[in-house]
Amino acid sequence: MQTIQLQWIDYTILIAYVAFVIGIGLALSRYMKTSADFLTSARSIPTWVTGLAFISANLGALELVGMAASGAKYGISTAHFYWVGAIPAMIFLAVFMMPFYYGSKARSVPEYLKMRFDERVRALNSFAFAVMTIFASGISMNALAKLLHSLLGWDYNVALWVSSGVVLLYVLKGGLTSAIYTEVLQFFMIVLGFAPVVYLGLKDVGGWHKMNTSLQTVATYPSAIYINAGTNFAPNAWTSAWQPLLAGPAHNPMGVDLFAMVFGLGFVLSFGYWCTNFLVVQRAMAAKNMNAARNTPLVAAVPKMFFPFLVIVPGMIAAALTTLPDKGYRIPPPVIAQAKYTQAIEIVKNAKPADAAAAVTAVGTTLGSKVDGAKITSLVAANAATKLSDADLEKGIYNSVAENDYDGVILSLVKKYCPAGLLGLALTALLASFMSGMAGNVTAFNTVFTYDIYQAYFAKGKSDSHYMWMGKFITVVGILLSIGAAYFASMYNNCMDIIQLVFGFVNAPLFATFLLGMFWKRTTGTGAFLGLFGGIGSSALFHALTIAQGNTPGIKGGYLAVISTFPSEMAQNFWLASFAFAACFTLTLVISLATKSQKTDADLKGLVYSLTPKIVDHNQAFWQKPAVIGVVMLIVCVILNFLFW
Amino acid sequence: MGLDIRWPIGLMFTLIGVLLTGFGLLKKTESMSLDININLVWGIILLVFGAGMLLGAISGRKNPPAA
Repeated sequence: MQTIQLQWIDYTILIAYVAFVIGIGLALSRYMKTSADFLTSARSIPTWVTGLAFISANLGALELVGMAASGAKYGISTAHFYWVGAIPAMIFLAVFMMPFYYGSKARSVPEYLKMRFDERVRALNSFAFAVMTIFASGISMNALAKLLHSLLGWDYNVALWVSSGVVLLYVLKGGLTSAIYTEVLQFFMIVLGFAPVVYLGLKDVGGWHKMNTSLQTVATYPSAIYINAGTNFAPNAWTSAWQPLLAGPAHNPMGVDLFAMVFGLGFVLSFGYWCTNFLVVQRAMAAKNMNAARNTPLVAAVPKMFFPFLVIVPGMIAAALTTLPDKGYRIPPPVIAQAKYTQAIEIVKNAKPADAAAAVTAVGTTLGSKVDGAKITSLVAANAATKLSDADLEKGIYNSVAENDYDGVILSLVKKYCPAGLLGLALTALLASFMSGMAGNVTAFNTVFTYDIYQAYFAKGKSDSHYMWMGKFITVVGILLSIGAAYFASMYNNCMDIIQLVFGFVNAPLFATFLLGMFWKRTTGTGAFLGLFGGIGSSALFHALTIAQGNTPGIKGGYLAVISTFPSEMAQNFWLASFAFAACFTLTLVISLATKSQKTDADLKGLVYSLTPKIVDHNQAFWQKPAVIGVVMLIVCVILNFLFW
Repeated sequence: MGLDIRWPIGLMFTLIGVLLTGFGLLKKTESMSLDININLVWGIILLVFGAGMLLGAISGRKNPPAA
């Protein structure tokens, strides 16, 4: 990828944004008097702010990049992550679970687990969470520094340390409030920075209808643009969300069946993420009262429902544009060094039409990727007829690379449509989401570490100023560890895959523990603890015994034996989660029945559904009640699903 | 918590709106994308959004919401 030259206007926008986030941190610093102010915002923030921070904490740059990638690869079905996954889970959190989180006065999700069960469950959850947040923020910072390096030609180390330094400055000054405020700022940056790209892309492709027509071409023969080699689908595979899914795993590009989608993604994975991950739940817990806390995920659900149009549609535009030769666009191929292109140009220049086959092989070897033989052959022929310029030859070779780098989709569109000025806005939005991804993880990490690890196991009963100091100290440590994790990620990509895999195992069964703990008072600490371990173990075992089609046994699974093969990695993941959930649920249930609860009914008041007085929303208008709003949201969500049936 | 977030949001987007609008007006040819002066159009939209946030912040200062 060629580096982009930014103009002064782009730098001005970037610098203005950085100045504003640091300014917010400084302005908030005089309100940071206690550890609660710093780590939990002392429960004081209005609903619309916590609501936007709630989705923003999840809307990292990796999601922006990843959703556009999936939009190109799978089409509108990607929206299942929103309309089947996130929205129902967020409504469930608001209506049913938030009363326990907020009402219990717990300061973190692990602390709730300690109140409900015992120290063992808290320890397991808080250690796993602390390690996970560090790696998540490291992965995000590594991606940011790599992006700045390849896109703008900045030095990797400088980019990493400077952006981490900015995050450190505003988090250290303004604590969680600062992180939440910045997330809201970032939310508007992303929406307002990427909306014009979507608008221009849609205009270029000829409007929504024309895009769908082009996507039908993609679906019937995806190999033409190097997607999903060898399989052809029904014309609506990219433009309908449900029909291809109902037709079975062989008929949709995700290779997923209905059960895996609805139960695995919609129930286990989404509820597990949105309802138990402290990173997002913490935003709702910072709300100023119970009603505001319950409404936080509901406020968040409104923009979340429409995000597919902002983040998935660009991918669909990219796939559609690729089928239209006159637009001169293709989904970018993997990044290949300029020197290799130069070598390939020489090969094509010197080749004669008679030995085009040899040139095809030589170009493929030189570039180190699959190439489209027909395109190279015609390029050789065209060059033999009339000498082509080096630029034309390079373009021809670029277009013949028969592989796609889907992660490059969103940036390629930004580059194509944004002139100086707008480019600065879009890049700042992207940068903002990387940085706030780090800030979100670090603010969740410092709370869990200070309250659930340090205060719980190392220094009980110290003064508040001591914990405040510790909270700040651990913020610095968290940032340094994240930088370390970023270097680790840049050096050992494979290790990172293994680490993420392990976190998948740890998280998959978690929702079963919460579901039983919150809604069945008989659940015991021993049951929850052993059930979680059993769930984690069974997901590891499931992974070791299954594999997705086309993968070789190893890190992708099946290293013990292959007893089942799934049509795609996504299907394997969804089934793994379903299996882990079922194992954890059953084990927790059985062990709870066999063990005696250490908690009395009085202990569990406010922590378990049947022992907590129902919240009566007398003083609220009908339309302000969370349950009512939740039902309305659910209806809108169902309508969206039907529109893209 | 002390600071009304509508201030920084309003100020920042007003500033960026002014920058983009100005750039769109002064450098017309460099601002075109698909025959639209996108910097000018989007600059005005950002300006309106920023101003709206500032108005909200100002009215919020006059009538502070009950905590």
